[in-house]
Amino acid sequence: MTDPARDAPTSKARGYSVRTLPGFAIVALFTFVVLYAPIMILVTYSFNAGTSLAIWEGFSLRWYQRAIANEQVQDAALRSLYLATVAASVGTVAATMAALATTRIRRFPGRTMIYALVNQPLMVPEIVTAVALLIVFAAVKVWTGHTSMIYLIVAHTAFCVPFAYLPIRARLETMDTSLEAAAADLYASRWQVFRRVTLPLMWPGIVAGLLLAFVISLDDVVITEFVKSAGQDTLPTYMLGQLRRVVTPEINAISTAILVAGAILVSLFFMLTMRKR
Amino acid sequence: MDQLTHPDSASDISAVEVNRVSKIFAGEQEVRALDDVSVSIRRNEFFTLLGPSGCGKTTLLRLIAGFEPPTMGTLQLGGRNISRLPPNQRPINTVFQNYALFPHMSVAGNIAFGLEMLGKPKSEIAETVDRMLRLVQMEPLRNRRTSEISGGQQQRVALARALAPHPEVLLLDEPLSALDLKLRKEMQIELKRLQHETGITFIFVTHDQEEALTMSDRIAVMSAGRILQIGSPRDIYERPAERFVANFIGESNFLDAELTGNTVTLRAGGRFEVTVPDGVADGAVSVLIRPEHASLRAGEPTGKEIAAVIENIVYSGDATAVHLRLGTGELVKVRMANAPGSDDALPGLGGTVAMSFAPGAITVLKD
Ligand SMILES: Nc1ncnc2c1ncn2[C@@H]1O[C@H](COP(=O)(O)OP(=O)(O)OP(=O)(O)O)[C@@H](O)[C@H]1O
Ligand SMILES: [Mg+2]
Repeated sequence: MTDPARDAPTSKARGYSVRTLPGFAIVALFTFVVLYAPIMILVTYSFNAGTSLAIWEGFSLRWYQRAIANEQVQDAALRSLYLATVAASVGTVAATMAALATTRIRRFPGRTMIYALVNQPLMVPEIVTAVALLIVFAAVKVWTGHTSMIYLIVAHTAFCVPFAYLPIRARLETMDTSLEAAAADLYASRWQVFRRVTLPLMWPGIVAGLLLAFVISLDDVVITEFVKSAGQDTLPTYMLGQLRRVVTPEINAISTAILVAGAILVSLFFMLTMRKR
Repeated sequence: MDQLTHPDSASDISAVEVNRVSKIFAGEQEVRALDDVSVSIRRNEFFTLLGPSGCGKTTLLRLIAGFEPPTMGTLQLGGRNISRLPPNQRPINTVFQNYALFPHMSVAGNIAFGLEMLGKPKSEIAETVDRMLRLVQMEPLRNRRTSEISGGQQQRVALARALAPHPEVLLLDEPLSALDLKLRKEMQIELKRLQHETGITFIFVTHDQEEALTMSDRIAVMSAGRILQIGSPRDIYERPAERFVANFIGESNFLDAELTGNTVTLRAGGRFEVTVPDGVADGAVSVLIRPEHASLRAGEPTGKEIAAVIENIVYSGDATAVHLRLGTGELVKVRMANAPGSDDALPGLGGTVAMSFAPGAITVLKD
């Protein structure tokens, strides 16, 4: 993930254009094909009337109907939505506080340290986090005998924070602090300054952070797979389980649905972050 | 208007009293932005802080507003120590250099903000907002977003927003610097009118000497974190205490001279009676002569006149500037108002003229 406020047109400033490099067009084309052709095929075959993943037998919505009627799918989808909603919300609140602390408080010793810690989940390989959580939570589960969704919620919240943090912090950094000074000058208390000026102005950043965190949580497989207890499949882990057995276009249908939902949320995210104040 | 309600006895208490204030910004390299600054600003005064970029004008305003604490010294408002009060508890409002209007509120919403924070009743807020909109002639645009109005209009809204809560003191940080010349002149007049009508003490920051001279009751000239001189525009212009002040305001000629008692003898010739400022001892001094305080005459010098050779003549419509070289090699610029037919009164380039000075034209400088 890159910070959208930051990756400004650095390449344009250079004296040469990458377009003139030999083979650039071919590499670019190849990358796009590899990236998008399988997805196109997946989407196309989700509308296939037949059972085959290779032979087209006409248009139909039967796999969507089957997916919707499948109780396991329903169950997993609801769990995914619930988990993403809770984790993204809590994570965004935490990220908002972290962003305020790292931009709106006078420099304090350890600020860079906090910045690094908040972003740590972006650096550490996900599998390492997953294994670490598995070990700790397994011990806690044995010790307490408690196996609710709380483990998944905690794990998802943790990796949601840095994703929510980035757009919120970017927003706060571009905001003119003299607006907050002006509010204080006009008799607003600290809380009123936050409530009437800081919060409304950083709101697009918060919503963008929330959307991004939501998509990331919805999409997660590795950590969920390691942390979940029995009967706690989310949509992605359910699909993974299915793929191990028999592959039907039902999986294509579910994937397409997730793809569409994700695309809508990410588009909203970009609309919010691109729009100038 | 409002000042009539103030008791008379209050008028001898200054509005703002800055008492031996220093401000040091710690960092890799310590910056002494204000160095032992003392100034007392009177009620209803249009007081201007004038000085070059980086001399500490904004810092002094930020201290008075409460955005920064002083490192040393105290600040008083109407006789009360406010050094430790947060900005929202000081009856002081600021017009920011970049206006700092709230982009998520309308023009009227911006103006109402301070009153809302003070918890005024709705009817009073509506009434005051209407009055302020009329005052700055922004009624037709009251529901506009602040991003959808021009720079001059934003400036008016910023002014109305700061005036609406009727502060005791209004701080203005170069509020006109972003405007073009014509609008700037209009706003200068409008600001003076507003100050007069509201009876609020204005502390105005500028680095434009002409603006300072035309608008202020008193001016403080600052340099490198210090106040060099405080006085009326006439004081500052005609009797600058230091060479820096003289140089910063208006055009100046500096000449070498010898002081004995209250008489100066110019190195170029001529003895003149002067008033000697405190702290200047007999001996070598430099004196200031403003270009418009000298006059020229064709012919040989007599008495107190000094001989000078014309090096250049610059005609600029209402006045003519004549650049001259004295016998000592010193350069002097003289400006003369143009009258019909005054062009053939002087010889041309290279000609010799007699230069004389108006009474009081010679100012002895402290440095
Ligand atoms: N927050 C700060 N930290 C460190 N140094 C500062 C800070 N604010 C101001 N300074 C320094 O203090 C000095 C005075 O700054 P100030 O902004 O008061 O100048 P100014 O007279 O308003 O100049 P200008 O006309 O350019 O606005 C400058 O040298 C500036 O670099
Ligand atoms: Mg300034």
